[in-house]
Amino acid sequence: MGIQIDLEKCNGCGSCEPVCPFGLIEVVDEKAEVKEGCNLCGACVEACDEDAIIIEEVEQEVSEGFQGVWVFAEQRDGKLKSVSYELLSEGRKLADKLGTEVCAVCLGHNVEEAEGLVAYGADKVYLMDDPVLADHEEDYYTGVLVDLIRKHKPEIVLAGATAMGRSFIPRVASIIHTGLTADCTGLDIDPASKLLLQTRPTFGGNVMATILCQARRPQMATVRPHVFKKTAPGAGRRGEIIKVNFDKEAITSRTKLLDFVEDLTEKVKLDDAEIIVSGGRGLGKPDNFQLIAELAEALGAALGSSRPPVDDGWIPYSHQVGQTGKTVCPKLYIACGISGAVQHLAGMQTSDVIVAINEDPSAPIFEVATYGIVGDLFEVVPMLTNKLRKSRGLT
Amino acid sequence: MNIVVCIKQVPGTTEIKIDPQTNTLVREGVESIINPFDGYALEEAVRLRERCGGKVIAISMGPPQAEEALRETISLGADEAILLSDRAFAGSDTWATSYVLSKAIAKIADYDVIICGRQTLDGDTGQVGPELSEMLRIPFVAYVSKVNEIRDGYMKVQRMVEEGYEVIEMALPAVITVVKEINVPRLPSLRGSMKAKTAQIPVWSAEDIGVERNNAGLAGSPTRVVKIFFPQRTHKSELLQGSLEEQVGQLLEKLEEII
Repeated sequence: MGIQIDLEKCNGCGSCEPVCPFGLIEVVDEKAEVKEGCNLCGACVEACDEDAIIIEEVEQEVSEGFQGVWVFAEQRDGKLKSVSYELLSEGRKLADKLGTEVCAVCLGHNVEEAEGLVAYGADKVYLMDDPVLADHEEDYYTGVLVDLIRKHKPEIVLAGATAMGRSFIPRVASIIHTGLTADCTGLDIDPASKLLLQTRPTFGGNVMATILCQARRPQMATVRPHVFKKTAPGAGRRGEIIKVNFDKEAITSRTKLLDFVEDLTEKVKLDDAEIIVSGGRGLGKPDNFQLIAELAEALGAALGSSRPPVDDGWIPYSHQVGQTGKTVCPKLYIACGISGAVQHLAGMQTSDVIVAINEDPSAPIFEVATYGIVGDLFEVVPMLTNKLRKSRGLT
Repeated sequence: MNIVVCIKQVPGTTEIKIDPQTNTLVREGVESIINPFDGYALEEAVRLRERCGGKVIAISMGPPQAEEALRETISLGADEAILLSDRAFAGSDTWATSYVLSKAIAKIADYDVIICGRQTLDGDTGQVGPELSEMLRIPFVAYVSKVNEIRDGYMKVQRMVEEGYEVIEMALPAVITVVKEINVPRLPSLRGSMKAKTAQIPVWSAEDIGVERNNAGLAGSPTRVVKIFFPQRTHKSELLQGSLEEQVGQLLEKLEEII
């Protein structure tokens, strides 16, 4: 099972060793050996001139008759989330490569602008409106999406990797028994096989993996907000709004939402911010976040943080940017006293302009920065804040 | 109250470096740890048992050496630990992993709550908890930051979402995934460490739990990794020059163009 070495063919040449991204293949006593942890990516198979490495070929029956690209259009309080438009823009590109249609699926109650999804690329909008769908009762969402997929058979389903998407989309994939790839940062269509190429960071952003769902359908993927850009709406685009009734008898919810408490600590929400000023370990102590907050205020920016200050309790988790926090893509990201661990970079490196202020010139943050100042943030940040205030007449 | 905790042994990723010569991950000197998010799951399970009685069973699907991680769960308060290990499980994606776990949990049979970490450090998908819940056909809540109430057949939890938190109730048995805000895990106790040394950790194979081979491992995995590569940073950054005062002045000019 899995990967095997044909000991007759292996001549111990070692050409497989350097190509394994995980360093898990090694020649011992002139024969290659695979250690635990191999994810069967096949890099060594290609490198072996002796055809001595065999990865088990699995025959899976391909599901037939699936067509079209679906985007789950998530809303909260009747307002569509920005990720819904971003995914439609990306879904449109994929559908054009496949020569197929794009459908948005919108579940909720009195959702504003659901018709507007057409302008962003949808050929059809499946719209289900019912008061019980107003809140995120995920049992309903799961049941309804499973039913719709079984009925209409899309070949691709995309959803936002939001708290909700990451929670209920895996349940949908589980019931339908198909593949789901989490947190994709790149999607494309393989020209030969017409399969969806799903690329995502793994190992804390150290490694990128491209994943295929070869036989099962639909091919499902979640994508973090702000990974793809929302394209401009096409005013003349036409599409069909298909109203679908919610069948109350068919689905019951086993969980009950009793209350929702809004987090009011963020003055400017990170998710929607055009400018973000973030602080890291270099701040030294919690009180120094005040310096960052002042700069953020002068810029009208949201306040972000790398992981260490959150871990140490200097600032709430809702401000954390990175692998286990939020992914952001503002026009301007200013990183103060952040060294730039891959986990942090994974959450902000697609920002349009990145400014790094750090004392250590070898800090990795400078590799992704557009502009860098090597210097003491306790001097630089207040200086910048003051100059900004002056130029904006804030003093 | 019987609580099952699903854990995974992972390399401590924050330590992982890339060898610039070979462009591969440097694994030497990187120790295997219990996935940190699973540590919070285990701690919460132990706390629930302290509140309600019953027992905590830790399970893990993995290679034989994952036994170490399970032994550690005993030192941290788990009553029992079971390793699910079989060549037939190798190459499992999240669907196949959830399937294997669900078969093991079905064999355990007497359970009230199943707790998983929100995601693993290596795979980062966060999909096993929700996929598992559907295979067991029981309620599911993700990102739990507090268990407000728990009694026979009932649980009320607080769940983190982007905009704040929700309070959700459900009937048991159920699956929850937890975030790190939920607790501060304890250190191993002396008594726990003694117990861990001698604990029997049974190994269940595919056959033991009735796993159909075409639903596990590579054969049972809808997804497959076809390419691995390292992110290339081609970005050219401009380090500003001059005195700090001058640098800040230049930066301000650049910023004025953007904002």
